[in-house]
Amino acid sequence: MATLTQSDSCYTEQFGPTLSFAPAGGWGSRQPDKLVKTHCCFCGVQCGIQLKVSDNKVVGFEPWEEFPVNQGKLCPKGVKRYLQNDHPDRLLTPLVRTDSGFRAATWDEALSKTVAAIKSIQGKFGKDAFAFLGGASMTNEKAYLNGKFARLALQTANIDYNGRLCMVSAGAANRMAFGVDRAANPWSDIPLAKALLITGANIAECFPILTDHVWRARDHGAKIIVIDPRITPIARTADLFLPVRPGRDSALANGILHVMIERGWIDEAFIAAHTHDFDKVRALVAKYTPALTERITGVPAASIVKAAEIWGPAETSMLLHARGIEHHTKGVENVLTYINLVLATGRIGKPGCGYGTITGQGNGQGGREHGQRCNQLPGGRDINKPEHREFIAKFWGVPEPELPKQGLTACEIMDAIERGEIKGLLSISFNPLVSIPDASRTRAALEKLEFLGCIDFFLSETARHADVVLAGSLQEEDEGTVTTGEGRCVRLRNSVSPPGDARVDWQIICDLAARLGNAAAFNYARPKEIFDELAAASKGGPIDYSGMSYERLEQNFGIFWPCPAPEHPGTPRLFEGGEFHHPDGRAKFHAFDYRPPAEDVDAQFPLFFTSGRVVSQYLSGTQTRRIGALVEQYPEPLCEMHPRLAAKLGVKDRDLVRVSTRRGEITVPAQVVTSIRPDTVFVPYHWPGRKSANLLTNRALDPISKIPEFKVCACKVEKVADAPAQPARQFPARSQRAASTR
Amino acid sequence: MNDALEFFIDPSRCIGCQACVQACGECDTHRGTAMIHLDYVHRPTGVQTTPVVCMHCEDPTCAKVCPADAIKQDEQGVVLSAAKPRCVACSNCVLACPFGVPKMQTSFDLMMKCDMCYDRTSIGRKPMCATVCPSGALFYGPRDYVEKFRREQPVNEFQFGAQTVRTKVNMMTAPGVKALPFDVADFLPFEALDEDPLALARAGAPDVADAAVWHELHDPKAELELICE
Repeated sequence: MATLTQSDSCYTEQFGPTLSFAPAGGWGSRQPDKLVKTHCCFCGVQCGIQLKVSDNKVVGFEPWEEFPVNQGKLCPKGVKRYLQNDHPDRLLTPLVRTDSGFRAATWDEALSKTVAAIKSIQGKFGKDAFAFLGGASMTNEKAYLNGKFARLALQTANIDYNGRLCMVSAGAANRMAFGVDRAANPWSDIPLAKALLITGANIAECFPILTDHVWRARDHGAKIIVIDPRITPIARTADLFLPVRPGRDSALANGILHVMIERGWIDEAFIAAHTHDFDKVRALVAKYTPALTERITGVPAASIVKAAEIWGPAETSMLLHARGIEHHTKGVENVLTYINLVLATGRIGKPGCGYGTITGQGNGQGGREHGQRCNQLPGGRDINKPEHREFIAKFWGVPEPELPKQGLTACEIMDAIERGEIKGLLSISFNPLVSIPDASRTRAALEKLEFLGCIDFFLSETARHADVVLAGSLQEEDEGTVTTGEGRCVRLRNSVSPPGDARVDWQIICDLAARLGNAAAFNYARPKEIFDELAAASKGGPIDYSGMSYERLEQNFGIFWPCPAPEHPGTPRLFEGGEFHHPDGRAKFHAFDYRPPAEDVDAQFPLFFTSGRVVSQYLSGTQTRRIGALVEQYPEPLCEMHPRLAAKLGVKDRDLVRVSTRRGEITVPAQVVTSIRPDTVFVPYHWPGRKSANLLTNRALDPISKIPEFKVCACKVEKVADAPAQPARQFPARSQRAASTR
Repeated sequence: MNDALEFFIDPSRCIGCQACVQACGECDTHRGTAMIHLDYVHRPTGVQTTPVVCMHCEDPTCAKVCPADAIKQDEQGVVLSAAKPRCVACSNCVLACPFGVPKMQTSFDLMMKCDMCYDRTSIGRKPMCATVCPSGALFYGPRDYVEKFRREQPVNEFQFGAQTVRTKVNMMTAPGVKALPFDVADFLPFEALDEDPLALARAGAPDVADAAVWHELHDPKAELELICE
């Protein structure tokens, strides 16, 4: 039973989060032995960065101005990311649980215990009773290896990854609309667009580097439309801001298309030659008049018309979106209704014309391509398609019937653990206790597990529940590749080796596979061999890397897939000449009527609750909550609310408020600001325990993508205490001049 | 330093991410302490932030008010932090600077401020803050580029009462400045302006079933009326 064996504070004392403020060896002694050109470990932009390495420790950074995407630019996470290295909380040995916390273990003991638990659980309850959860912050090599490990060594159907909480609605919609799952354009197309429609994407805080691309478009005369319930920093100077009511996105897109059709701002020739099903959409949106759309979405009819006036006749245009429209029980429908706005204009597959979801995780794109999803095999192949199964079975040298079938998605795995159907779990680079909605249920589910194994570099809140923790590797301690949000596969360089007895993740997976009797299929000397294998496995598949090699990636600042041959230059822009990836070469429109979110406001819970990121934190905070300067920038979650709502509730800035939903409650300080809809409150999600926004959120899933509805549920807010009194302002007193400072 | 490169600040581009401040603190000469700062203008009413680096005045007020003659300019016109042996930590410069730049570092009893990354600019590189700034709010490069590609205009002359201050660093100003609304309420439908915040959320909500748009939408008669209006 994976219950905690000591108090939370005891774990915190031993394993952190501890705040690290200064580089290894201190500020004065940072003469690097080498500068390593690699990439930041946070977010799907994957900025180029040079890490300063001294004595096998990362001691600082230097901008890498030659890398074309960010040209040396970084956000605060990138600037301070090196402080995760040589960190006091770093796991240096495997751990096994005791009656009071953990004790250090040898690798032999930890691996034996893990393998014994796998065999015992699978022997008693069947192969699928043991599940595997991976992550999208890991390299392509590890994503491929996780999938292969689950299918060949664990032989379980139940493998999925934390990208299920992130980009899957966009991925599913991309495949349905275009026949392929990738942003259609390189980001270098953004500055060429004359109209930008940014919906549900807090670009300035979640992908700060892309801000410069947006501003450059504005310099060239682009009009910018931002759709969001909050005036985010990118919305502040937008030409048009549409404050959409949470959960109403598809209605808004339908309303904009209604006006475009009425005014004739659609490309009939393109629609006829390159698409299907526009008639269904035309018939559907006929009823979405500006007046009706205003009533559903809370956006003024005049603004809806204005959006169509900017977008409709534009010469070039890009649609950008992120989790804001994707984290819904109709996430796929939202994305498809927005894609309709692109297809209707025919402005795609040309310079400055197209579409892109901006992936949130470090390898959000590559992590979803190489087979660590429950419905996917390497090369973006479909686990349910006989010819795809046959290809991979042959590639791996196993009979096709032995390949597991489609399993459960990440949240469904947690539900199955709760129901007692899944008894064992191995998790790598995933902190579901903080990141899956309805955290009380996640905790209860973890406590029901007969065995929980975690591979991680820090002891995450989830790993506190583990029976065995295998000390893995930070990004800079391994090498490999990641594929950025624009579909560019880039090379990560090894900066340092793992400290203490920690090992690189892929070796741990291979060791486990060997002990499960699969040594031959998991015999790699270095990540390059895994990459060459995954590239070969992708040959002829929907996501083709077969022309890539480490050397080519290094020479070209990365390569965009598809890249089907060693002499192929890669494909920065998809769909040129209106050629889409469905078998008939056409894109598909989808007509989705608006439907309400799974949980809408009512008399008992009268306000919308929504959640998201702040610029200084990343995902569940396992890394960024340990970096002092980032924590000081935004130390604890605040509940953003509009002054009108605050006045009604009798709340003043920094008063403590209790936010409750049908699933739980948290008490946090209020931040009273005019930059949020008066009917909505926002709390960022990076924190665990009693400050966890995911105690409140709703685990209702999109029927297609199985993404949970992070972005809208119903809540109530009550004041519980006045703001703590501010200490009187102290004027700095002159200190005694210490001899040491002179 | 390459004379052709100049520093440009454009608060309209600033997204408040603090990358500049965090990166400034990374300099080995000031060991984790940033020499620049970035603040919200007024967070309750908006998300506008503004980065503050030293403007490097031609005739620096901070140096003029320094009783110890501790603040020097180099031959390129860069105004340096107070010289350690001279600074008496009186804070005159902190109070006198029209841009609010210098800060007293009480732990060192020394005024420390941005020196435009002398270690980098002196070898032809960009200052750290302007290298990492993800939004281009801090930009270091040729004036030609700014004049050709940016829609804002650079100015480097400021009037503070009777005092005219000319600076080495340029501030970008928007062409045709107009007031921008910063309250979500300004973007809502007109009728919503006087509404109870709770009522705003109601359209489509199950408990207001009969009045809700969603239900009207599924009542063919009501739908017809809506389409005809």
